[in-house]
Formats: sequence, structure tokens, C-alpha cells
Amino acid sequence: MASEDCQDARIARIAAAIRVIPNFPKTGIMFQDITTLLLDTRAFRDTIDLFVERYKDKDISVVAGIEARGFIFGPPVALAIGAKFVPLRKPNKLPGEVISEEYSLEYGKDKMEMHVGAVQAGEPALVIDDLIATGGTLCAAISLLERVGVHVVECACVIELPELKGRERLGEKPLFVLVDAA
Amino acid sequence: MSACREEDPRIHGIKTKIRVVPNFPKPGIMFQDITTLLLDPKAFKDTIDLFVERYKGKNISVVAGVEARGFIFGPPIALAIGAKFVPLRKPRKLPGQVISEEYILEYGRDCLEMHVGAVERGERALVVDDLIATGGTLCAAMNLLECVGAEVVECACLIELPELKGRGRLKGKPLYVLVEYQ
Repeated sequence: MASEDCQDARIARIAAAIRVIPNFPKTGIMFQDITTLLLDTRAFRDTIDLFVERYKDKDISVVAGIEARGFIFGPPVALAIGAKFVPLRKPNKLPGEVISEEYSLEYGKDKMEMHVGAVQAGEPALVIDDLIATGGTLCAAISLLERVGVHVVECACVIELPELKGRERLGEKPLFVLVDAA
Repeated sequence: MSACREEDPRIHGIKTKIRVVPNFPKPGIMFQDITTLLLDPKAFKDTIDLFVERYKGKNISVVAGVEARGFIFGPPIALAIGAKFVPLRKPRKLPGQVISEEYILEYGRDCLEMHVGAVERGERALVVDDLIATGGTLCAAMNLLECVGAEVVECACLIELPELKGRGRLKGKPLYVLVEYQ
């Protein structure tokens, strides 16, 4: 199918544009650097197009993006599909009244915040981030949105690290990714 | 030029969508919250369109966005004008080799980093952030770009706080803003 070929060619270009940096932020981690993707205008456009093609005309009214790299991919998708963009931020960044969700890290905890009133109960939403590893951050985002009655339709990431089983951690929540970094 | 901008009917709609939050992050500061603008797809699109109309066809090959709110506005502009997006980040976030620029805050110092190799000598660049206050951050951003031989064509922000005189701190480079907050 011509459309599948186009998709494969675009995904190949996107994958090739991602730079792997060994031992960052610590020894043993192969860091998936998307900044080189952002330097390739065609590959960056293709990345957004692939998400937009999937979500356009699906009545999604909210795109939630996780700070900070979710802020790069979420807004162009939101603009193209006519949805609002909702930033999910680290603590004490959002100026208004917030709701918070705490989540576990490898060592310790972190917290994610969203503005009260940004979303309404019943709104269909996407959650976008650059990468899914263990799924902890995405799970926190889903919890935050569902607590206020939002229907999270799908999570969307550029990259998945399948060995870390994030997809399983999302349970029944669908996950769409462009590139597997095996 | 400013007269033309003020007559654009889209500006009023954008201005009314910005929420002012008093006493954040500390007493006496009237914080300009752009997250409410992002909840209005038309106003968000108008914001991007105003920048794109100004910069399309001007041979700008780099849009540099300052972490984190510059990540929301920079990429859609970059995509629309066919430029690369270069994130300028707080220390130790970028995984590859970086150059750094230290700058002064009200209390203490901060640092902005850019990946080596992201920008080439002679490239024409925009710097994008949500707001200009004292201009310290934008100045650091400009220094990073000029350090590698790029030409900063203009700085572009949604909001200016004119009382803080940031405009005069940009080493003679022009500043374009959509909204002033007095």
C-alpha cells in the first residue's frame, strides 16, 4: 500500500535522526536524544504528521504534554487537530491553583501538576511525551487527568524502550509510538 | 510597525486569554500566565500565525526556544517556516556536548546551554520565549547563538513587561512582541 510505504519511509528517517548518547545521565543508560530530530526539518515535520494523521477527526479536545520534551511535540499536534494544549509540569511552576500527582522514581519520588480548570470532565484527551521508559510518568499523567473525569484515549510517544515494559504498566490504556529503541 | 501590529484584530483576542496571577512566584509579582491562551485553540493558532507571517520567507533557518515555555511556541513556528528548532536548556539536561552561558538573576546566577553542532556559522536565527522581563535570559540565549557564529535576526516574545526595560538589553537586536503588559 502506498500509504504504508510512505509511513515506513518517514519512520525510518525519524529513527535515523535520533541520536543515542551512551552513559547519560549515568553509566549504563543509552539516552535517546531527540534534539537531533528537531534539527532535521523534514523528519520533525513527519513526526508531527504521523501523530496528526492518527488523531485528526477523532474528536480529541485535549492534548496534554509532559514537561519538558512533551512541550515540543504536544503543541504542534494540538494546533493541527484543533485541540487545547495542557502542560503537565514539575512542582511549583504553574502559577494558578493546581492538582498534583505524586509518582515514584528509581530513587525517590517526583510530582506532576496540572492547572485546575484546564480540562473538563468527559473531555477526550491524548497524553504526549517524547519517550516511554518504565511508564511511571505517563501513568501519573493518566491518573491526574482521570481524577478530574477526563477520558484518556491514548498515550503517544516518539520512542518506546520495550525492555522497560512501560506498555504493560499502562495496562489497558493504548499506547502509540513511532520508534522502538530496542 | 507597532501601529500595524496593534490594529491586527487577533491581538485583542490573544491579550484577553492571558491570565494574570498576582503574587506569583512571590509577593508583588503579577505573573503572566499563558496556559489559559493554550486552552483556546483559535487564540493559540492566531499567536503562532502572527509570528509565522512575520518570519516566513526571511531565510531564517534556526528557531531557538528557551526552556520551558519557549518550547511551546518555538516548535510550531519552526515547523511552519521550515526552520530547525534548537532547545536552549537549563544545565545538565542536554545529553551531548554543550556550550554554556551564565547569566545574572535577581538573586544569584543561572546558566543556559545549547548542543554543540546544533547551529552552524552564518545561520540566521530567531530566539523565542513567552515573555521578556529584564532581558537577561534572552541576552544569554543570543550570546550562545552568536558564540557559534549565527546571526540573531530578532527576538520574539508574546509578552513584554516594558517597565523592566528588557528591550534595551538585547545588544541592539530587534524585539518583536504581541502584547505589552503595563
